[in-house]
Amino acid sequence: MSTTTYTREDFSNNTEVRWCPGCGDYAILMALQRLLPDLGLAPEQHVFVSGIGCAGRLPYYMNAYGFHTIHGRATAVATGLKAMRDDLTVWVITGDGDALSIGGNHLIHCLRRNVNVNILLFNNQVYGLTKGQFSPTSQKGQVTKTSPNGVTNEPVNPLMLALAAGASFVARAVDKDPVHLTQVLKKAYEHPGCSFVEIYQDCNIFNNGAFDGFAVKANRADKTVVLEEGKPMVFGAEKQWALAQNADSLHAIDYQKEREPQCLHQPGNFMAAMRLARISYPDFPVPLGVYYQQQREIYTFSTAIQKSKSDVEDLFKARASWKQVDLKAIF
Amino acid sequence: MSMVDAIVIRFTGDSGDGVQLIGEQLTITAALSGRDVRSRPDFPAEIRAPSGTVAGVSGFQLAMAEQAIFTAGETLDVLVALNPAALRKSLEYLKIGGLLIINEDSFQDKDWQKAGISSEFLSKTVEQYQVIALPLISLTLRAIESIKLSNTQAKKAKNFYILGLVLWLFDLPSESCISFIKNKFSTNKEMGRANEMTLLAGYNYAMTLELSRQDFILGHVDREQGLYRQITGVEAVGLALAALAVTTNTRMLVSGYPITPSSAILHECARLAEYGVQLLQAEDEIAAICACIGAAFGGCLALSCTSGPGLDLKSESLGLAVMTELPLVLLDVQRAGASTGLPTKTGQSDLRQALYGRHGEAPLPVIAACSPADCFDTVIEAFTIAIKYMTPVIVLMDASLANAAEPWKIPDLASCDMPSIEYNRFPKPYQRDEHLARSWNTPGSQGFIHQIGGLEKQGEDGHVSYDAENHQKMVGLRAQKIAGIAHDYSETVLEGDVNASVLLIGWGSTYGSLKSAVNRCIEEGLPIALLHLRHLNPLPLGLKNVFNHYDTILVAELNSGQLCQLLRADYLINAQSVNQCDGQPFAVSFLVKAIKERILKEEINHEHNYLHA
Repeated sequence: MSTTTYTREDFSNNTEVRWCPGCGDYAILMALQRLLPDLGLAPEQHVFVSGIGCAGRLPYYMNAYGFHTIHGRATAVATGLKAMRDDLTVWVITGDGDALSIGGNHLIHCLRRNVNVNILLFNNQVYGLTKGQFSPTSQKGQVTKTSPNGVTNEPVNPLMLALAAGASFVARAVDKDPVHLTQVLKKAYEHPGCSFVEIYQDCNIFNNGAFDGFAVKANRADKTVVLEEGKPMVFGAEKQWALAQNADSLHAIDYQKEREPQCLHQPGNFMAAMRLARISYPDFPVPLGVYYQQQREIYTFSTAIQKSKSDVEDLFKARASWKQVDLKAIF
Repeated sequence: MSMVDAIVIRFTGDSGDGVQLIGEQLTITAALSGRDVRSRPDFPAEIRAPSGTVAGVSGFQLAMAEQAIFTAGETLDVLVALNPAALRKSLEYLKIGGLLIINEDSFQDKDWQKAGISSEFLSKTVEQYQVIALPLISLTLRAIESIKLSNTQAKKAKNFYILGLVLWLFDLPSESCISFIKNKFSTNKEMGRANEMTLLAGYNYAMTLELSRQDFILGHVDREQGLYRQITGVEAVGLALAALAVTTNTRMLVSGYPITPSSAILHECARLAEYGVQLLQAEDEIAAICACIGAAFGGCLALSCTSGPGLDLKSESLGLAVMTELPLVLLDVQRAGASTGLPTKTGQSDLRQALYGRHGEAPLPVIAACSPADCFDTVIEAFTIAIKYMTPVIVLMDASLANAAEPWKIPDLASCDMPSIEYNRFPKPYQRDEHLARSWNTPGSQGFIHQIGGLEKQGEDGHVSYDAENHQKMVGLRAQKIAGIAHDYSETVLEGDVNASVLLIGWGSTYGSLKSAVNRCIEEGLPIALLHLRHLNPLPLGLKNVFNHYDTILVAELNSGQLCQLLRADYLINAQSVNQCDGQPFAVSFLVKAIKERILKEEINHEHNYLHA
C-alpha cells in the first residue's frame, strides 16, 4: 500500500452530476468519495462498473476507472475484469431493475462464484430512468405508470435472494444515514470475496419518501436495528426493545424486561441471517448493517503464464505427428 | 491418372470398438507414406447409447489420395462395419462394387435385433458389394493365444486386426503403427504385445487371402518436407490461443456457455491455463461475452465462442464492444438453424447476422476460416485486427470445420505473425492513431483514468454526448475505421483457370469442396476460376476489377444466398447463387452439376438475347 494520503478531491472530477435534485444517489456518491481516501489506494486502483439506470451514471462522477456497461450486465463484465485483474478493486454499481430483473442471473452467479467485487444495489423500488414503471422490488399496491391500480405481484427480497445464491457478505444500509452507510461500505471493501450491499435509496420523483417511515433521522431509532456482531439487536431511543428468536421466527421483545441470550447478532450464522432478511417493515424494524459474512474461496484466475515459446511448440507436436521426408529420394 | 484418384474408407462400430484410434493410425501411416489425407470423425449423438444400437455408432472416415484432396469424401470405397447398427447407418454410402468388411461374430440374431433390422438388410443387397465376413473375435483370440490375457482384455485387441488388414489392402507399411503400439503400451507390455501380434495377424490374413487390392493402391503426393500432424479446426483454435497468450505475454480469457458444436473449444481451452489461457464457463451466452468485455477493458486478450442461438444472445454485448472500441474475438461455430434447428449439422447461414445483427450502426470485421488447419491462422489474424484497430472481430467457423482433420505443417513459432500489444499509447482514451484506432488505456495505470460506456462518445476524452452532429460524425468514423482494415489484406488470390469466363466465389469451410469442383470442371473441359473469400467485412479492395473479367459469376454457399445477395447489392453484378441448406457440406458432384446447369442457362439466355437483338 502506498504511503500517500488521499483526500475526497482525489476521487472527484469536474463532470456535471445530472441526477435530479434531492435524489438519494447524491448521498451514496458522497459516501463513496468520503470512504475511498481512507482505503489508501490510489484512484487508478479503483474501477466502477455499472449497468443501466440512474445509478449507472455514478462511474462518470468518480475520479477512478469507470465502465458504464449495458442493462443488467455489470456483474458479468465485472466478473471478467476482476477474475483476470485481481490487483484492481472493483465496485459494481447497480439498481433494483438492473440487478434483480434483467440482470438477475448474473447477480446470482457472481454471488455464487464469490468474485471479489463489491456490489452496491441502489434499491429505490421503481424504474426511474425510464420515468416511473414498477420494478421487481416495488411493494404490493404501489401505484406507478404501469400499475395504475397498484402492483399485484410479490416483490423480490434482495437479501434473501443473495443469501440463497450463496453470497459471502450481505449487508443493508440507507442513503439517509451516510455515516452508517460509509461504515458498511468499508466492511464490504474489507471483506475478501463478493460483497452485496442493498442500499435503500430515495427516488424523490417517482417513489418519493418510500423509506421515510424508517430511514429519516427522526424515525431511525425506533424503526431500525443497527446490527453489531455479538451484540443484542436492540432498538428504540431508550433501547427499550430487541429482536429475539421464537422457534423459527423473530419477534420483538421488551428489552428492559426480558434479556434472552439468543438476541445476540451472529453474522456467521446463515439461518439467523435468513430470519433477519425475512422480517419486513412496518411489522418489524429494519435491520441495518452486516446480516451475514463468511470466508470462502474466491473466484480468480491469478495464475501467471508458466509456459514458454518452446513449450508451445511442444504442444503443437503433442498429438501424433510425423516427419515428412522427400519421397522422391526414396521412390 | 494411374490406379485410382482417391480412396475413401469408413470404420464404424460401437463407441467402445476403438474405431477412432485405428482411424487415426491409418491416417498417419497414409500421410507418412506421402498420401494426402482428410479425415472426419463421427461421434454418436447420444451421450450413452446402449451398445449395439444405431444411436451408439461411432465412425471415422478417411480419404486419401495421391494428389491434393480437400474433403473427406462422399461415397465410400471401403466400409468396415463392426455390427449391424453400424452397417445400417453407413451402407447407403458404400458405392456399388465397394468393399464391405464385417465382423461375423457380432452379426448374430440378437445383434440384428439391437439394430432394429433383420439380416435381410444385408442379404438382399449383398451381391452389389465385395464382402469379407470374418470371425474377428475368434481370429483375434487365436492370434494371441500364446499371451496370458483375460478373455475380455484379449478381445480388446480386435481393432488392430482390422487395422493390419487395411494396411495390407492399401499397400501401407506397418512400422509406424507398431511403434505407436510399443509407445502407447509401454507400461502394459502384455497388452502391447497382443496388439502388435493382432495387427500382424490381420496384415498376414489379408495377404494370405490375396484380397484384391489393385483398386486401393495409390501413388504418392509431393508434400513439402517438415514436421506434420493431423489437426481438427477445434484443435487449431486451441493451439492458436496458447500461442497468442505466450508470444504476446498477455493472459487470455476464453468464456463461453456450453452449446453444440462450439463446446469442443471450451474443452480444448480447459487444458491451457498454464499457457495463460483461462476458461470461464459462464452462466449464459451474454455473461460469456460480457466477461470478455470486462477482461478486454482490463487489458487482457479475450475470446468468446458460440453457435447458433448463442450468437443472437450476444448481439447487444457486441454493440457495447463496438461502441467502447475494445478488442475481443467472437468465434461462431455455425450450425443449421433457425432457432434450435439442427444443432449438430453444418451451415453458413449466420453470415448476415455476423455482418448486420446489431441495432444501430455497429460495423465490425468478419473473417472466416477455410479449412481445419486454417483456423490457426484465422484466429491469430482475428486477434491481430482486434488489437490493431481496437474492435471486436467475428470469426466464422462451422460444424464441419470444427471436427474435420487435415495434415498441418507444424510451424516455427518465430515464423508466425503475432500481434504486438501496446497499452496507454496516448493520454486520452479516444485519441486515435493513423488507422483511427483508439488508445488501449488500462485500469491501474496512473494518469490514464477514464470512463467508457455504451453511450455516444465525443472527442478524445470520450465524454458522453447527445449532440446530433457529433453522432453523425462518430457513426462515420467507426465505419471508416473498419473499412480501413482492408488495406492490410494480402493480395486477393484467384485459383483454377483464372482466364476462364466463369468465376466461382465461395467463403469459409466450403473451400475444399469448391476447389475440388473447380478442378473437376477443368478436367472435364469447362474452365472456371475460383475466388475464395476469407474477409467478409470489410471485403477486399479491388473486387470490382476482378468481377469485370468474368461474364458469369456464381456464388456457392451453405445458406440461401447471403453472400451472393450482398455482392449483387454492393457491386451491381449479376451474380447467381448456388446454394444448399440441408445441414451437410457441399458434395463435389452436386457443385459440378449445379455449375454446369447455371452455365448452360446463361448460354441459353445469351443466345435468346442475341436472336432477339
